[in-house]
Amino acid sequence: MQFGLTETQQVLKNSAREFFSAECPIGEVRRLMETDTAYDAPLWQKMAQQGWTGILFAEEYGGLGLGLVEMAVALEEMGRALLPGPYFSTVLLAGAAIDAAGNPAQRHRYLSRIAMGEAHATLAVLEADASWEPEAVKLEARPTLAGFALTGRKMFVPDAAAADFLVCAARRGGDLGLFIVPRGAPGLAVSPLPALDETRKLYQIVFEEVPVAEEDFLAIGDSAREALERALAVATVALVAEMVGGMQRVMEIAVEYAKARKQFGKPIGQFQAVQHMCADMLLLTESSRSAAYYAAWSLQKRAPEAAAAVSIAKAYASDAYREVGNRAIQVHGGMGFTWENNVHLYYKRAKASELMFGDAAYHRERLARLVIDTL
Amino acid sequence: MDLNPTPQERQFRDELRAWLEAHAPRDWEARRSATDSMEARFAFLRQWQRQVYEGGWAGLSWPKEYGGRGATLMEKAIFTEEMARIGAPPLPGILGLELVGPTLIAFGTEAQKQRYLAKILSGEEIWCQGFSEPNAGSDLAALRTAATLDGDRFIVTGQKVWTSYGWASDWCELVVRTDASAEKHKGLTVLLVDMHSPGVEVRPLRQMTGETEFNELFFENVRVPVENVVGRVNNGWNVALGTLAHERALLGAGLQITFKRQFARLVELARQTQRNGRPAVEDPVIRQKLAQCYAEIEIMRLNQMRAISRVMQTGMPGPEGSIQKIFWSELNQRFQQVAMEVLGPYGQLTQASDCAFDQGQWAYTYLRARGNTIEAGTSEIQRNIVGHFVLGLPRSY
Repeated sequence: MQFGLTETQQVLKNSAREFFSAECPIGEVRRLMETDTAYDAPLWQKMAQQGWTGILFAEEYGGLGLGLVEMAVALEEMGRALLPGPYFSTVLLAGAAIDAAGNPAQRHRYLSRIAMGEAHATLAVLEADASWEPEAVKLEARPTLAGFALTGRKMFVPDAAAADFLVCAARRGGDLGLFIVPRGAPGLAVSPLPALDETRKLYQIVFEEVPVAEEDFLAIGDSAREALERALAVATVALVAEMVGGMQRVMEIAVEYAKARKQFGKPIGQFQAVQHMCADMLLLTESSRSAAYYAAWSLQKRAPEAAAAVSIAKAYASDAYREVGNRAIQVHGGMGFTWENNVHLYYKRAKASELMFGDAAYHRERLARLVIDTL
Repeated sequence: MDLNPTPQERQFRDELRAWLEAHAPRDWEARRSATDSMEARFAFLRQWQRQVYEGGWAGLSWPKEYGGRGATLMEKAIFTEEMARIGAPPLPGILGLELVGPTLIAFGTEAQKQRYLAKILSGEEIWCQGFSEPNAGSDLAALRTAATLDGDRFIVTGQKVWTSYGWASDWCELVVRTDASAEKHKGLTVLLVDMHSPGVEVRPLRQMTGETEFNELFFENVRVPVENVVGRVNNGWNVALGTLAHERALLGAGLQITFKRQFARLVELARQTQRNGRPAVEDPVIRQKLAQCYAEIEIMRLNQMRAISRVMQTGMPGPEGSIQKIFWSELNQRFQQVAMEVLGPYGQLTQASDCAFDQGQWAYTYLRARGNTIEAGTSEIQRNIVGHFVLGLPRSY
């Protein structure tokens, strides 16, 4: 047993660290979050050239074909940089869903465009009741002569305005289905949902008889459900990895500040009340990291405990990132509450990430069903 | 990263399991709550260690030349886990095996190794550790038990406290002050003291659980030959710290199994006990709390695996190792509190009650967990260590 990164994984992590700290420094994050979509074409092109947009997908689709542990270490660095824009939605949501649900032709058509950096996309699951259960999906998919027509409303769709196409969960009769819809399709209206994390934009989408071509129908029934579960599990692990990177950075910022800031003639980090908050931040960060890597590894291996591992990681990291951000602001005192200081950017990402794919309470109940009810 | 056991690890585990199946007593948990005397229980444990020794499993990670097995840290973790999995009795010579033996191997003279190591392995001689004093707890280097040189022996006078197995011990690894004029970390020496020497008195220290796991030790003009110094005179702080590092690396592996077994039992009980008109296991609040405990027990295991892998890969403990003590001790307190909530009024019943679940073990573990954030370095000291040594914050004291 070896629970550490291999040399190759460490090299990948280092190069991601180097790339994102050079190409996406915090000043750039602030600039992009003030824009409508937080999307930057030159940054995207560089990311594509480095292969980041193809990290998950098979080489036949122009991807790097790496595993989920490699994905997790890369996402950790993106979370550290607080990378804004549609990367997560494109690769880990739409990409993972098409990878899990699509036939070879669909995978070829869409994944290669994503891998090449030619397309942005997202996944629309949540609706007005904001429930992550597949049963809650009500968007109607009505069969037509040419394919399907979608009617209904999706909520909390990340990065929809930057997307070229959307993967939509909808219902045909009693069955869950997955469909690909071009963002410019007639009858589709995207409007922003301004929310507290400005680095990751959320949208509402109204569908009125939006046509879907037969060839863009991905899956229906059990296979759609399984594909959606798989895609959401991959995306959840990716998100937790991002959260770990964010925690690590926010802890470092707080520790640096505690060493530099003086009160009563001493660095405040010398006071145990402050020092112990920093120690707790380390405990929360390292524990979340253990959980994230384990979830990535077990999902990669399709191990029987993978579903539980994902929920453990998301439940723990949801509380942990919020708490790390919380303490980092406390360590900064009044400065931590200002717009100028960067800690609030992480604090807001922590809250948005906590709410995405189910919060800690949601995943604890899921875990209870997986491990307590079967014990 | 590969979290599956290697073929060698699997083989080691299978061999160990087969041996434990054949030899481990199955009645330990019943025996522990029975009303046997402390002495009778200890004799039983000593017999068990003898068997473990004869089976070749004692001192697993000690080098082969000293009678050990030269096992890896991972094999050591597997050993601890497997012992916990079948509920095997603890080894009564644990302090000798885990603390004193490794210290002698690292710092002892060849004569000391020849004299002591084999008897530590077999359990023929039981060891205790004389570190803390009434006025030297977290601030261990402030200890005052004094040793003055008188010809070819030291004369020792002072008092120690929190000594596990003190009453059953033949020998003590004792930290004493040999130079009162030096800085507090620099005047200390480690001595090996025969507990049967004249002037040694052992008194029981009754804990809030009612048990007497620990003792107070009193030394009055106890004579200790100079050849019983470990390492150099006035270099005891480094020798003692080496021992404490072993102590901190040691916990964790077996605990996650123990916690998981307790967790499974608690879920069983949560099906039998009622809350708000339905089985407690169906109550959404209880489910949240149980799931949180399960998640944290798993994370404790994962942190431990990462810490072991790091040491095996780099030879150095990483940041994930430094949080283990805080993590398991605070988790255990939260877990025992959840158990109390599940059991309701029944949780408080002790071993003395016929109506208690599991011979009153839950009331006991609830109280015993309270000591966890204090023993082997308080949570505050642990956070100081993380703050200073891992995060590089200025020392606070």
